[in-house]
Amino acid sequence: MSLIANLPSVDSEMRKRTLLAIGSFLLPLLVWCLVSYVPFIWHPKVEVTDPGGVDYFQVGMLVDKSQFEDETAFTREERLPPPAGKPANPIYLPAPHEVAKAFYTGFAKQPVQKDAPWLHESLWHSIQIIFWGFLISSLIGVPLGILAGTYSTFARLSEPFIEYFRYLPAPAFGALAVAILGIYDGPKIAIIVIGTLFQQVLIIANTTRKLEATIIEAARTLGTRGVKLLTKVVVPGILPDLYRDQRILLGWAWTYLIVAELIGTSSGITFYITQQARYQHFDNVYAAIMIIGIIGFGTDLILGRLSRSLFPWDRTQDRR
Amino acid sequence: MNPNTLPSYLDQSEPVKARFDKINQRETILEVRDLGKRFRTPQGEVEALRGINFSVRRREFVCVIGPSGCGKSTLIRILAGLENHSSGDVLLDDKPVKGPGQDRGMVFQGYSLFPWLTVKQNVMFGPKIKGHGKDEAERDARTWLELVGLEKFADAYPHQLSGGMRQRVAIARALVNQPRILLMDEPFGALDAQTRSKMQSHLIDIWKNIDITVLFITHDLDEAIYLADRILVLKAHPGEVQEVIEVPVPRPRSPGQFNTPEFLATKARLEQLIHPAPASEPEDEQAAQPQMIRFTNVADNVE
Ligand SMILES: Nc1ncnc2c1ncn2[C@@H]1O[C@H](COP(=O)(O)OP(=O)(O)OP(=O)(O)O)[C@@H](O)[C@H]1O
Ligand SMILES: [Mg+2]
Repeated sequence: MSLIANLPSVDSEMRKRTLLAIGSFLLPLLVWCLVSYVPFIWHPKVEVTDPGGVDYFQVGMLVDKSQFEDETAFTREERLPPPAGKPANPIYLPAPHEVAKAFYTGFAKQPVQKDAPWLHESLWHSIQIIFWGFLISSLIGVPLGILAGTYSTFARLSEPFIEYFRYLPAPAFGALAVAILGIYDGPKIAIIVIGTLFQQVLIIANTTRKLEATIIEAARTLGTRGVKLLTKVVVPGILPDLYRDQRILLGWAWTYLIVAELIGTSSGITFYITQQARYQHFDNVYAAIMIIGIIGFGTDLILGRLSRSLFPWDRTQDRR
Repeated sequence: MNPNTLPSYLDQSEPVKARFDKINQRETILEVRDLGKRFRTPQGEVEALRGINFSVRRREFVCVIGPSGCGKSTLIRILAGLENHSSGDVLLDDKPVKGPGQDRGMVFQGYSLFPWLTVKQNVMFGPKIKGHGKDEAERDARTWLELVGLEKFADAYPHQLSGGMRQRVAIARALVNQPRILLMDEPFGALDAQTRSKMQSHLIDIWKNIDITVLFITHDLDEAIYLADRILVLKAHPGEVQEVIEVPVPRPRSPGQFNTPEFLATKARLEQLIHPAPASEPEDEQAAQPQMIRFTNVADNVE
């Protein structure tokens, strides 16, 4: 189109937006760096570098600052060699570079514990669970939602029960799912389906109802009836919004993943995280948590980009 | 101009009279008999239309005019089959109307184009629903887009068009089905004055060149007189036909006729019917007069 005259300003607008988006990530990172690398901001612990005359101190041990000061005073009184140490953060707050290293080793090095899964193995397993859970939920939920949004009789028949059911917390079905589906992936996928499906029907029914009535009426005056009204008008009419709903719902599916993976034999990224936390490898824990975010956010970003080319007529995209 | 010096709106010149004689000899396309419509609402029943009678002849241009809320949209939606009526009959070619159909085209006030389809695909929609092949539908669409002067925009999406262009697509989309009658509910209501007057002339051109009968709703008196052969004047609460006016302004019409005596006489009559003495303004509208609260500095006056 003839937006050429506007191009420079559109361009600089885009650049500003990108910069702000990068900034929104850099800001928290900056805070993390400050807390990690500038000693006087927090650092409530002391990492012992030389035990001196304190018999229970060991090199690398983390002690409270007050305890360290007490012991230093004690050695001075007893004329023993004083211990030495440097300010440190608690073990549960590793510095950025440590997490970055864990990120790398998680993919590149054999895990320290034998039999422990690699980070990418855990991750791949989790992604599969999400994929199947979300696919099954969508295969049922999207058609049901569209039907409920189009035909009020159908909505009145289905929605009260669904409204009720969605208040039942999905994890509560864990034991039941294990009894029925075994201890492996079945119950995990089931939890994701239970967690997503009911919201999905209601949200998509609502989206369907929001389709402009004039559009449907126009189609009817052009001779559209019955199933064709559904396939030729309702579905294409709501498609961009349906796609947006699905993106949001996919995000919710990820939140159910953590619970789902604790059911039966623990597996996937959750198993990896709990394992690493048990051995106090918090750098690995952070790396794993972050990669969930990266995958979730990345998928959404790609899906968002894709929607621009899929739905070139969708005006709401211009407003983002 | 002093209304007393105007001719009566009932006086028709010879050519105008001859034209109405000719129209009255044509077959009736649409007949509405004793039509009534009541809406059931939580606040009780609303009688939107009562005892509506009129008929429209082939290739006649009829405008419906009336104050806001008098049931104009309700009437046209019943004719289109989008709404059921409570009593009376609607006959199209002597057959009762049941639900919407391709024999009645409709153009809405709001933009009712399918946003996910290009201009051409929008126009192809009707033929495809009818079961025509893609090639045939495309050929039809091209013809009608040419007629409304939008062949260059065939591959644009509706959101890329101006308001006037969108309504032209809507007209093409309705006409491609070759309906018996074209129903238009304030189709130019959302357009600016200049676009609007262009669209009016354009609509007359279309109407002259194809075999189509038009029922056109508006609340703009000038628009009604400029376009119509006959004007159906409705009154509100409940919606009833007040008068059917045969417009004495000769054809072909042009914007230059807005100040002719016949035009002004007709307009004076319409004004008399639609905006009678202010005393009869419905109570609820007076009650709706807002109480103004001052939100600016007392000394900060604009008038
Ligand atoms: N679906 C409905 N349910 C209840 N009442 C309705 C409904 N549709 C219209 N009405 C009532 O019927 C009357 C006529 O409405 P309608 O929309 O036909 O008026 P209109 O002449 O088209 O007005 P406008 O010039 O503002 O478009 C109004 O009093 C309105 O409140
Ligand atoms: Mg109306």
